[in-house]
Amino acid sequence: MPYDEALERFEPVLGLETHVELGTASKMFCGCPTTFGAPPNTQVCPVCLALPGALPTTNATAIESTIRIGLALNCSIAQWCRFARKNYFYPDMPKNYQISQYDEPLCFDGHLDVEVNGEVVRIEIERVHLEEDTGKSTHVGGATGRIHGADYSAVDYNRAGIPLVEIVTKPVPGTGGLAPEVARAYVTELREVMRALGVSDVRMEEGSLRCDVNVSLMPRGSSEWGTRTETKNVNSLRSVERAVRGEIERQAAVLAGGGKIVQETRHFHEDTGTTTSGRSKEEAQDYRYFPEPDLVPIAPDVAWVARLKAALPELPRLRRGRLQREWGVSDLDMTAMRNADAVDLVEATVAAGAPPADARKWWMGELARRANELVVPLAELPITPGQIARVCALVGEGALNDKLARQVLEGVLNGEGSPDEVVAARGLRIVDDEGELSAIIDRVLADNAAAADKVRGGKIAAVGALVGGVMKASRGKADAARARTLILERLGVSE
Amino acid sequence: MSLVRKSAAELGALVASGDVSAVEVAQAHLDRIAAVEPRVNAFLHVDAETTLAQARAVDARRAAGDDLGPLAGVPIAHKDVFTTTDMPTTAGSKILEGYRPPYDATVTRRLREAGLVILGKTNLDEFAMGSSTENSAFGPTRNPWDLSRVPGGSSGGSSAAVAAYEAPLSTGTDTGGSIRQPAAVTGIVGMKPTYGGSSRYGLIAFASSLDTPGPFARNVLDAALLHEAFSGHDAMDATSIDAPAPSVVEAARQGEVAGLRVGVVREFGGEGYQPGVLARFHESVELLESLGAKVVEVSCPSFTTALPAYYLIAPSEASSNLARFDAMRYGLRVGDDGTRSAEEVMALTRAAGFGPEVKRRIILGTYALSSGYYDAYYGQAQKVRTLIARDFEAAFHQVDVLISPTTPTTAFPIGERADDPMAMYLADLCTIPANLAGNAAISVPCGLADEDGLPVGLQIMAPVLGDDRCYRVAAAVERALEDRWGGGLLSKAPGL
Repeated sequence: MPYDEALERFEPVLGLETHVELGTASKMFCGCPTTFGAPPNTQVCPVCLALPGALPTTNATAIESTIRIGLALNCSIAQWCRFARKNYFYPDMPKNYQISQYDEPLCFDGHLDVEVNGEVVRIEIERVHLEEDTGKSTHVGGATGRIHGADYSAVDYNRAGIPLVEIVTKPVPGTGGLAPEVARAYVTELREVMRALGVSDVRMEEGSLRCDVNVSLMPRGSSEWGTRTETKNVNSLRSVERAVRGEIERQAAVLAGGGKIVQETRHFHEDTGTTTSGRSKEEAQDYRYFPEPDLVPIAPDVAWVARLKAALPELPRLRRGRLQREWGVSDLDMTAMRNADAVDLVEATVAAGAPPADARKWWMGELARRANELVVPLAELPITPGQIARVCALVGEGALNDKLARQVLEGVLNGEGSPDEVVAARGLRIVDDEGELSAIIDRVLADNAAAADKVRGGKIAAVGALVGGVMKASRGKADAARARTLILERLGVSE
Repeated sequence: MSLVRKSAAELGALVASGDVSAVEVAQAHLDRIAAVEPRVNAFLHVDAETTLAQARAVDARRAAGDDLGPLAGVPIAHKDVFTTTDMPTTAGSKILEGYRPPYDATVTRRLREAGLVILGKTNLDEFAMGSSTENSAFGPTRNPWDLSRVPGGSSGGSSAAVAAYEAPLSTGTDTGGSIRQPAAVTGIVGMKPTYGGSSRYGLIAFASSLDTPGPFARNVLDAALLHEAFSGHDAMDATSIDAPAPSVVEAARQGEVAGLRVGVVREFGGEGYQPGVLARFHESVELLESLGAKVVEVSCPSFTTALPAYYLIAPSEASSNLARFDAMRYGLRVGDDGTRSAEEVMALTRAAGFGPEVKRRIILGTYALSSGYYDAYYGQAQKVRTLIARDFEAAFHQVDVLISPTTPTTAFPIGERADDPMAMYLADLCTIPANLAGNAAISVPCGLADEDGLPVGLQIMAPVLGDDRCYRVAAAVERALEDRWGGGLLSKAPGL
């Protein structure tokens, strides 16, 4: 059903379950390293392989990070809580139970304010709890890369036991047609909170941030919530938005056709933007949760939690407001910078001495274009905010113009060294020698007698061609404004 | 006197003085094992060469002038539920047959550090589930007092090995009585330390909140020496207690009970108890009074509900702990012919690899934890557990230790209770409360039952971290009874 029609008839209710892999040096319950991308099954030990007799011990840094996340999301922090075992059999889960939390989460009852089209939407947080990640199965053979139809499966336990924080929202009604944007804005904001806290690298493409999207529809005018589905495999911010939208359209069509929504897990397909049915909740497991007897309860000291709260960094939404005022940019510009992951870079560039407008111009213009070409995140370009600031300074002092500055940036990106080294090596400094400039102007005037005559005759606009000639002759290194003044002087014309 | 008849303390002194080499001591025990094992079947694995290599290392350390501990060079039989890198570790189950762990349990490591020489791995009820060792996948162990009877369980291999002079010491684990009950029915000393007092790291879990490693020995001081050698805080076990504990060796040497307040648990005795067991228990009470202890009767009403609570909590935890045996990473794998899914292979392996009692408990525990039943079973059992802890607490306001018979009966014939799980479970009636509350408790021999001439154990229970009290009282009883008998109870055992 078309989206607009779906919304005329139904009100969507959202729910988001986000998993964040913490960036701790070691795993949740053992000392194994957590480096991403290591060869399979090289970061394992008796504990995370669940060898007979092995026991978990708790990673204190992970507890601290989870409490900081809870505090940043305005949650209450449990004074006493326990881990619980979630029991189910799956080959990528070594113990065949996951150490998680059940009815005693570490953090609960918080909220996160997000902005959509300049409006603030408050997302209520149900709980934030700590658990361990599973291993990673690779299904080999078959058409889809999924388990059905595969010839065999390989399991990498490097990921098994990496600390995972699960953040669950309360149901979010009332967002109407903005539901997809709200979902995206929530995940975006959450990601920035995690970055500000420094607890995770939150890379959706590497799976260090994973989001399950719950959607249900209720007919307009009804107050009874519909059956929800849970969509997995949502691996980018854009996919969050598309998955919500696609699921609203699909469910509306089912309901409008007199059908019923099945409570199930659905699988999002990046290529088509649609979801297909996964495992049905009807055949779902009874997880038989019970308190983890191998671990002692967590009882965070109240004074310690207060110290963690006092030491929280400035949170992204407040920071963006402050930066926006300091930089004097519009909502639209700020949003563009966020979407390009450029806010931190611009801030660092400004901190290194660049005027905010210039810092923004380079990161959002030339550099964003290059990052796009190379298909890398902006932050991974081989250039530093300090180097951008240096280029801005060179422009500011008149040593470079924008065209030359672009060439300097290109040189830095090519690995030719610092901005100053590139300027020197490529000879990119503006011609500031009056004698040299004079000589160029003489040549240009001689070669363009007709244009010179026009200017002499009072048609000052014709000077543009002459300035262009000077820039060309100097291969862009002349100061165009200075050249214009000198040409007009030479021709005895005043403006 | 033959080396195998000596106490661990004596053997340690002989090795330390150089009068006897650790190799000679080990060889004497290996010879004894070779002689009696065909009848006793206490061991699942013996490897003379590995044992002798350990003994040679102790002799080398002595020769190098290293300061050896009191048990260096003393042989020990190690329950096959602790991981060992140089010997297979099976937990008595087909599902782990031939499994070689890549790491040592903390208890194993500490035995090695103390210079103890591991003779082999002892038989047990599969995954420590049972009270007779009949649930072992590798055949039952026999009681050295009467080869037609069980040696108790689950640590029956360890109790039999010590009672049969195959080893002066052995390790056990006690989840519901699996050290104290086998010690009682084989006439030796068995101690369940305070929960968290000895490390579970590398102990193949049955019920995590109850499992406690502890020592077996033929006398109280030897048990205390072994207890001290492997207990204490371990950072690898989150439930390990990081607090100083009074010296158990010191307490075992003192053996003084004058002025001590002793409580007799009213709920343990009467119907269902063998008369000979009760007779020896009552004599023990009189003995303690004669030694200057003040004996009073104490009521612990919740103890009568301990057994059903235990049979919900322990299987619940076991159903989860045993989920890891899934054929994916180690152990038995059945049905992996390329046509079956991982889930099918898991199911076939578990069906073939686990014995009936293990399956019974997995099913029981799975049921007790199920949605809709949790509150009525697991939740309710946890409440009972709290009540039991409170009864202990209240009792220890009145008395310093509690005593009871260790078991309602002496060793029963092999096969008698094999088809009657409830009768089997009753063997742990008196021992379970201390597990549920985490208390320290010991069993010390207190005589032979008149009707069958088999050993009876006296259980002494102490508060959490009051392990020293168990040893103090046990040593006093042992000393007085040995004076009366003119030797240890085992001297009355028929020769093998």
